[in-house]
Amino acid sequence: MQEGAVLEMRGICKYFPGVRALQDVDFTLRKGEIHALMGENGAGKSTLIKVLTGVYPKDGGEVHIEGVDGPAVIRSPQDAQNAGISTVYQEITLCPNLSVAENMYIGRTKGAVTNWRKMNSGAGKILESLGIPASPTQQLGTCSIAVQQMVAIARAVDMECKVLILDEPTSSLDEQEVQKLFGLMRDLRAKGVGIIFVTHFLEQVYEVCDRITVLRDGQLVGEYVIEALPRVQLVSKMLGKELDDMADIKGESGGEAISREGAPVLEAQGLCSSAGIKPFDFSIRRGEVNGFTGLLGSGRSECVRAIFGADHVTGGTVKMDGKEVKIKKPLDAMKLGIGYLPEDRKGDGIVGDLSVRENIILAYQVMKGFFRPISRAQAEAFADNYIKLLEIKTASADTPIKSLSGGNQQKCILARWLLTDPKYLILDEPTRGIDIGTKIEIQKLVLRLAEKGTSATFISSEIDEMLRTCSRLIVMRDRKAVGELSGEDLTQTKIMATIAGGDE
Amino acid sequence: MMTPVKNPETKLKQPGESLFKRLVRQQLFIPFAALALLVLFNLIADPSFFAVSIKENSLGNPVLSGNIISVLDNASELVILAIGMTLVTASSGGQDISVGATMAIAGSVILRMVCGGQVTADTLQMPLLLAVLIGIVVTALFGAFNGALVAYFKIQPMVATLIMFTAGRSIAAWINNNQLPIMNDISFKYAGTFLPGIPVPTPVFITAFVILLFWLALKFTTLGLYTQSVGINANSSRLNGLDPKLIKLLTYVILGVCVAVAGFIRVSRSGSINYSRIAENIEMDAILAVALGGNALSGGKFNIYGSILGAYVIQFLTTTLYKYEVPSTALPAYKAVVVILLVVLSAPVVREKLSSMKKAPVKAAKEVS
Repeated sequence: MQEGAVLEMRGICKYFPGVRALQDVDFTLRKGEIHALMGENGAGKSTLIKVLTGVYPKDGGEVHIEGVDGPAVIRSPQDAQNAGISTVYQEITLCPNLSVAENMYIGRTKGAVTNWRKMNSGAGKILESLGIPASPTQQLGTCSIAVQQMVAIARAVDMECKVLILDEPTSSLDEQEVQKLFGLMRDLRAKGVGIIFVTHFLEQVYEVCDRITVLRDGQLVGEYVIEALPRVQLVSKMLGKELDDMADIKGESGGEAISREGAPVLEAQGLCSSAGIKPFDFSIRRGEVNGFTGLLGSGRSECVRAIFGADHVTGGTVKMDGKEVKIKKPLDAMKLGIGYLPEDRKGDGIVGDLSVRENIILAYQVMKGFFRPISRAQAEAFADNYIKLLEIKTASADTPIKSLSGGNQQKCILARWLLTDPKYLILDEPTRGIDIGTKIEIQKLVLRLAEKGTSATFISSEIDEMLRTCSRLIVMRDRKAVGELSGEDLTQTKIMATIAGGDE
Repeated sequence: MMTPVKNPETKLKQPGESLFKRLVRQQLFIPFAALALLVLFNLIADPSFFAVSIKENSLGNPVLSGNIISVLDNASELVILAIGMTLVTASSGGQDISVGATMAIAGSVILRMVCGGQVTADTLQMPLLLAVLIGIVVTALFGAFNGALVAYFKIQPMVATLIMFTAGRSIAAWINNNQLPIMNDISFKYAGTFLPGIPVPTPVFITAFVILLFWLALKFTTLGLYTQSVGINANSSRLNGLDPKLIKLLTYVILGVCVAVAGFIRVSRSGSINYSRIAENIEMDAILAVALGGNALSGGKFNIYGSILGAYVIQFLTTTLYKYEVPSTALPAYKAVVVILLVVLSAPVVREKLSSMKKAPVKAAKEVS
């Protein structure tokens, strides 16, 4: 083990059926440091943490913990706790109807009898030493979320942990509460605890962390001292630059020519929704392809959901072809000719047990209405047409959509919206998790549609892809639109700089 | 993004697959197999079970009589309930356990209407059709109450309907001021017994009519697609413009209508009502019918004909047990044994095994008989 290290993971591998979630990942945590674990969704952060805490068995590699000779054996969360590794999850996993002290000692009292006085005074001491403003006998549910989070940390600290894992602890806290939490983290660092901090907020990483480890696609990108890694570089390391032999699709189609003409198809002003995005303006012209970019959790999906009426719209005006319209629910948007391919294909897109055919006709059928079902013959014709057109690989149109591969499921959802003949199509991460060939097909399709006059908004985590398809990008950071790029500004560097913000 | 190593294989029909394997995989395999076993058992044990004769009923009319007729007749209420229960199950992933109690309400309302509030009446005090319509409206409202709790207040269906399960029979009694009204007009009993000059029991026709209605509804509206879509993935459905809450509510209202029809048949059989005993435990049989029909009780895809068949299987079983003079107190125990076998057989795990082992069903058949 390295000098001063409290935890070392070497060559960690983890496979799931069909997926390599972690490949040969190293991670070192030193005494008294706050170490950020960064990466986009699916990069392997949570898998790594679950391996470390014994939730998943690892398929390869070793874990060393300070004070333990040889590789540590961690087969369950209980083992992890005994080895001095404590975790505080994003969702508070304590019991709100019990008192603070009870929560801190739950599952740790020996025997059937509880010494309440001892427990309360013990809890009081810890709370005081950590400066947590809560009384041991107070019911946990009456504390603010931040204090609850801190109680969870106090519980972890009291179990004499050497390693404290904080998994997205700040996502439900406001600015002041975050500061309180950071204060507590710094105190613990001073006491020699090693803290692993998982977050999506870049600002917070630079405020409180000492070191950063970046993961991408289940592989280690590198470990960096915070001063040595400017934000722009961090962003580029997280996103990665995919070097592939994809053609410059945009050049091929020449779709940019019509993108700047004419009146906007859709124009939104000061739009905001219950999902907590700051009011934003947005417009798109006929035949234009634009996009929202930003890191995960930056609010790009929330923006398009607000346009489609998928979240409860709380303010702003929307004009369609110059006329003011009210979009309160998805059906309103659909009737105006808007289609929306959601980010979460499995949760929001496919209807798993229904057949490919039923999935394809669903949106069109809903628009036609309850009493005008599409006949079986017609539905079959529609389905066969799109299966051929988009080259959907399926045994038949009757196959349940859930048994198709991700890319083919996505094509079905795309077919669903194409069938409604939309004027404006929103595609949120249409290419996530699908193979490269299908990715290019989908991008080409979007550009072909644009040539025919359909407008489209395209969201992708891969900047290359956005550059190939979009003529204008709206950049999101921390749930706010922070910039708009078009023309010559559309370069990797410029986009990453705008995403990162701050230390330009 | 994770690296996909291989795509999940799509399930293709293998050309060499035996007919038997394909049969086992069919949703209607279990109810059909159960029916076949019951028929087989009766054929071997006593073929006279299937004898149908013409007898004179109490009014002196020649009517069909026999065990088969009795199965078709007595299953009517259960079949109608099972249809509604299938839709509720599909859309909300739960069951309505209050159907027995609300049947009592429907019966009570209809009797009060036709008796005009008297304890006994010898003639209809209100056109029968109007009375039934009022009954339908009342139970549809109770259905809407259940549905609203499930859809808008997001209460577990079983908990939400527990309210009416508990209160329904009291409400039914309260509707008639705790009296037990008796309707003596013969035309009131037509629906539960026989129409003059027609030898087939009327409930059989009513059931056929209800089945026809649902067949039409499923063909000429998108009810089937919407309920399944909502039951499988409410989020997706909403993003495709559906209103999942409204559709859930609608299925509970439809079940409410089914309950009224079933309740009408039941009170029409005798012209009277016993609040605490009428349609007792029928909710369990209705849920069982849905399950026997191969429908997942967790909702989603459904086959309404499976539930219908399931309901007839249950009645067939009951009638068979009666025929062999199983004491009525012991009946539930016998039924339970058969039900366990059927449910285990229809479990996906077992069916998967079945389709890979050819001899298994023969063994199972022996166990049943």
